[in-house]
Amino acid sequence: MFTILENKPLNSAVNKLIIKAEQIASSAKAGQFVVILIDDKGERIPLTLSDWDKQQGTITLIAQIAGATTKKLSQLKAGDSIAHILGPLGHPTETEKIGTVVCVAGGVGIAEIYPVAKAFKEAGNRVLSIIGARTQELLILQEEVKRFSDELFITTDDGSLGRKSLVTEPLKELFSSIEKSTHTKYPDLVYVIGPVVMMKAVSDLTKEYSIKTIASLNPIMVDATGMCGSCRCSVDGKTKYACVDGPDFDAHKVDFNELSQRLRLFNTQEKTVL
Amino acid sequence: MRKNPATLEMQKRLSSFSEVSLGLTKEQAKEEAGRCLQCKNSPCISGCPVNIQIPDFIKMIKEDRPEEALKKILEKNNLPAVCGRVCPQENQCEKACVLQKKNMPINIGALERYVSDYASQEQGIIENKAKKDKVAVVGSGPAGLTCAADLAKSGYAVVIFESLHQAGGVLRYGIPEFRLPKKILDRELEYIKSLGVNIKLNALIGRTQTIEGLFKEGFRAVFIATGAGLPQTLGIPGENANLVYSANEFLTRVNLMKAYQFPEYATPINIGENVVVVGAGNVAIDCARIAKRLNKNVTLVYRRSENEMPARAEEVTHAKEEQINLKLLTQPVKIITDEKNFIKEIACIKMELGDADASGRKRPVPVKGSEFNIKADTLIVAIGQNPNPLIPALTKDLAINKNGTIVVDENCMTSIKGVFAGGDITTGADTVISAMGAGKKAAEEIDKYIKHNL
Repeated sequence: MFTILENKPLNSAVNKLIIKAEQIASSAKAGQFVVILIDDKGERIPLTLSDWDKQQGTITLIAQIAGATTKKLSQLKAGDSIAHILGPLGHPTETEKIGTVVCVAGGVGIAEIYPVAKAFKEAGNRVLSIIGARTQELLILQEEVKRFSDELFITTDDGSLGRKSLVTEPLKELFSSIEKSTHTKYPDLVYVIGPVVMMKAVSDLTKEYSIKTIASLNPIMVDATGMCGSCRCSVDGKTKYACVDGPDFDAHKVDFNELSQRLRLFNTQEKTVL
Repeated sequence: MRKNPATLEMQKRLSSFSEVSLGLTKEQAKEEAGRCLQCKNSPCISGCPVNIQIPDFIKMIKEDRPEEALKKILEKNNLPAVCGRVCPQENQCEKACVLQKKNMPINIGALERYVSDYASQEQGIIENKAKKDKVAVVGSGPAGLTCAADLAKSGYAVVIFESLHQAGGVLRYGIPEFRLPKKILDRELEYIKSLGVNIKLNALIGRTQTIEGLFKEGFRAVFIATGAGLPQTLGIPGENANLVYSANEFLTRVNLMKAYQFPEYATPINIGENVVVVGAGNVAIDCARIAKRLNKNVTLVYRRSENEMPARAEEVTHAKEEQINLKLLTQPVKIITDEKNFIKEIACIKMELGDADASGRKRPVPVKGSEFNIKADTLIVAIGQNPNPLIPALTKDLAINKNGTIVVDENCMTSIKGVFAGGDITTGADTVISAMGAGKKAAEEIDKYIKHNL
């Protein structure tokens, strides 16, 4: 059993939970995730580790209410517990010093970019972050991401905060200003996490400029230990298991259309319980 | 006459996940035990990978002493209720039985099951003199459980690390309720825990904790028994289409997560009306029979003929009784999808049998110009499993063979001192009982190793 120390809504659709999980906290690295199972009748769902504290022995999970399980999760209170948490899972993000890194995230993906931006910054990189959401209310962790970014760009679909655009717009402008400049260099890496359409749009853009881009994929998983193949995705024409081969992959080689189709596999079943 | 257990009536079979084989009654068991010739040289024992003293326990059944019979079996076998149900006795003890010559071997499997079901399970004796040395077992499948139980009996403090949220490995996620009720598995696990074995769930060795870390925590030896959990794929176009499942995913959703009780259990399973299963081993048959119980039209596609099917004959018979269509000498070549990437049809080709291959079975050869399509809105691929690659990938200096199995010497030790391995992770996919045999041998070797290195 894993005790919840804190569960608070960050907005109407997203909750932040701090959970006692000493062993996971002690092994966690940026880019990794856990699988949780609220109770024995529950579903195993993957959630990115948004933060952890080795001293306190706690992990932070940020969950968007998207299905029956996350809804239930949002209703738990401090003192309640989660029956099972497995982790940390997946390869940690490679965050050594390479120069300039652009971190792009949309929606609840911001919770997942935060530890990555932090790790890149702590490794000595120049970090530019672009975070976006549909509207101001849904934009989370602005201060946290800002703390580890040399520059922060904010976009919202409705213009209620930051710029009224998709996250690709500031990125596009950054690239074209560099193109015109004689003394600035293209970033060494773009890291992207968020909805599949967004990751695809970012990937398509960076491909034009041949900028190495890593996407953190979020397919449906069951065991998340490389056993069931539910999370398989096509990368460079080969089948990969996001749970053990990823979740980070070279975005330019990912078949995002297939990923987005596979994410709709259980739509009918999920609707019946919501 | 050989006594065979009755089976559940067909109506109930197809409308539930209740166990199909009903087991022998007391009278039947006593009568069957009475047929045993009590051969002096006991060929049956040599047919058993864990050397159960078969004639002894059969004699106790005949004399109506099932509790003693259970004790006798438990001397060698820590999972009798499981083995009585899922061992391929026809290839082991029963094959060696002298009555096999008359085609009427003693029904040893059914007798073993009778004993374990009938006799109230004896709880292990934990004299608990402070257990001395700590041993870690990675994986709670048949190999891990057997090794852990034997080591506990020899006085070690054993901790099993299991990555899933329930113990049992393939016995839990792989074998369906109607062949191995989970209540029975739970009872076997209770017995093993009663011996003093501690099972730590949600612990993925390699990530949550490393093997190196286990030694730092004071474990004297580690036994890796992570099995063959990596699904093999057909390698044909369209395999990542929606509603194409690996057998592992299908079985895990249904058996472990109880998707057949959705939404009471939160994990869904989405399958269409026309389900095709590719493969002909026990796993394929299990998948087909599950799909049948979910009320679907089920076709089993296999590239050889019925004679070569690797599944147990009993399972094939059950599948046929349950009206699973067999489409033999057929090989899928391509998956055809709709615009949303859901499977629609499977393009197949007819096969014929040629010369025998290395396995001794006739090699299937495609028949030119015999292409045809099967309508399918779900495909389950059950053509075998490879060794689980996770621990080898995350453990420095652990040597593996070309086929992904872990290298072990004749003492079950891997390339790392004090780290042992056994079961499917060293042999590739095999039976429950051979994994148990390997777990038993490893327990002996670990005991020797620790005593030698005091």
